Amino acid sequence: MTLLIVQALNGAQLGMLLFLIAAGLTLVFGVMNFVNLAHGVQYMIGAYLGVSFALLTGSFWAGLVLASLTAGAFGLLLEWLIFRHLYKRGELDQVLATFGVILSLNEGTRLIWGSNPLELPMPDLLSGSFQLVEGLRYPVYRVAVMAAGLLVALALALVVNRTRIGMLIRAGASNGPMVSALGVDIMRLFRVVFGVGAMMAGFAGVLAAPLVSVEPGMGENLLILAFVVIVIGGVGSIRGAFVAAVIVGLVDTLGRSLITDAAQAALSGPASARVGPAVASMLIYLVMAAVLAVKPAGLFAART
Amino acid sequence: MKFVVPVAIFVALALIPLLAAVGVHVPGIVTLIASRVMIFALAAMSLDLIMGIGGLPSFGHAAPVAIGAYAVAVCDAAGVQAAAAVIPAALAAAGLFALATGAVALRTRGVNFIMITLAFAQMVYFATGSLADYGGDDGYTLSARTTVFGLDLLDAKRIYLTTLVVLIAVYVLLRVIAASRFGRALAAIRQNRGRVQALGIDAFAIELAALVIAAMIAALAGVLMANQAEFVSPAYAAWGRSGELMVMVILGGLGTLHGAVIGAAIVVLAEEGLGAVTQHWPLVLGPFLVLAVLFFRHGIVGGARR
Repeated sequence: MTLLIVQALNGAQLGMLLFLIAAGLTLVFGVMNFVNLAHGVQYMIGAYLGVSFALLTGSFWAGLVLASLTAGAFGLLLEWLIFRHLYKRGELDQVLATFGVILSLNEGTRLIWGSNPLELPMPDLLSGSFQLVEGLRYPVYRVAVMAAGLLVALALALVVNRTRIGMLIRAGASNGPMVSALGVDIMRLFRVVFGVGAMMAGFAGVLAAPLVSVEPGMGENLLILAFVVIVIGGVGSIRGAFVAAVIVGLVDTLGRSLITDAAQAALSGPASARVGPAVASMLIYLVMAAVLAVKPAGLFAART
Repeated sequence: MKFVVPVAIFVALALIPLLAAVGVHVPGIVTLIASRVMIFALAAMSLDLIMGIGGLPSFGHAAPVAIGAYAVAVCDAAGVQAAAAVIPAALAAAGLFALATGAVALRTRGVNFIMITLAFAQMVYFATGSLADYGGDDGYTLSARTTVFGLDLLDAKRIYLTTLVVLIAVYVLLRVIAASRFGRALAAIRQNRGRVQALGIDAFAIELAALVIAAMIAALAGVLMANQAEFVSPAYAAWGRSGELMVMVILGGLGTLHGAVIGAAIVVLAEEGLGAVTQHWPLVLGPFLVLAVLFFRHGIVGGARR
């Protein structure tokens, strides 16, 4: 039971990280219909910049702010250099070019920071743990990551649902050409969305850095999970991204422990040790397939 | 005229064993790399059937390749090396995989199709990594290569020629498929799905059948790949592999089939060639891809449509 609570919390925390990445990705897809495979790179760059800035300034917090801002600026630079030439192209060209960007940046990272995994120590303020229930302690930092993700989600929901620019973003996601025809500079709107999305992914990278090993290519595993999130949640929907991120985070983390236990109970002997992990690793994809079977456009599709 | 380029490609590939047969010394590394090119070309060609001709941009084509390779490993662990068992197992497994995942993925189009196929390939990647009996993440070393009716057609000496024969046979098969009623319906669906359906053709069934055929050919490439390396690992299903296959098809020229061979040659040679010069070869290949997309729009063969 206590293990279950810990797993649920870890799942929620993974969900928050996924949301930070998927939110930017889903809006970029939604508004510009642009497949940015290189969005995971922003997460990696955020983590690396976080490590470097924290070393440079001696403060995790300064590193967090500087790295997020720099990652956002870097995203805008990529947009200006490469991505803006791709919006009118087919999705295959977009995939190919952003695949090239991933190769370049992963290798560039390896060149600058080396292949060995780096570590970012937790800030002292959050490095402790607290008592969850009798005999079970949980790290404060993971709760802080969850809280940070929730805060960003709330802020984003406020902006998207309550402000003028949010209204334009929503309108852009459901019908871009129409918004453009009404005299809105959709490219400028998009640049804002892209920059914020890149910044959020970078922010997620710094947050995750103390929990994972910072290494080249770390962004792609999360990027593919973020794709699953977007497919489940529906392209262009922040609400969908949030709900789906929590679902994917929980299913992936809880599934791994529950399925393994269930397999052990159902199939005694060595077979269980083999079947359990294999099924558990496939679980989120099966959830995705189930959602698609019922709602091909995802749970909360922006475009009807 | 239509067949000049493909014939030239296959003749060039046949030169290596021919030269060796007349006594010219061909370095082992040349044969090795050329057979890698052909194996990747086989997988890329099958991707071209669905992506170039059918307009279904699969970002998960490494998955059926890996399934084919793992079929070899599973049979090997059971002590079975006969191709008469291994190949049907590989084709059936990959075909069933494509049938199940394709039925789901085909509910969506375009970008979503890309993401979903990528996700299913990632599923195979993690699933193969958790197969403790077959080495898990570390992979599985074959105890022996697959034999064809008792003949060692896949041993280090003969695998080149076998692969070449398979490649040519598959190329001819895909040409026949593309020219058939089925193939033309598939191409028509790419151009205008609604119209095809209005003609009373079941577009979904045709697309699904194309996905299954492509997956089976990819599995065949996987069988060859496993035999060439005598090793199988989850890396066969890694997302980067799927990306490379896409790059091969698009660089070579979508929908041309033989363009996939050229694309495969470029990517494999670039990786091997640059890899010999610098370990940071992706820093060359990556920007090259970006520039190729921005300035060089229709692939090497230039037959790309759309």
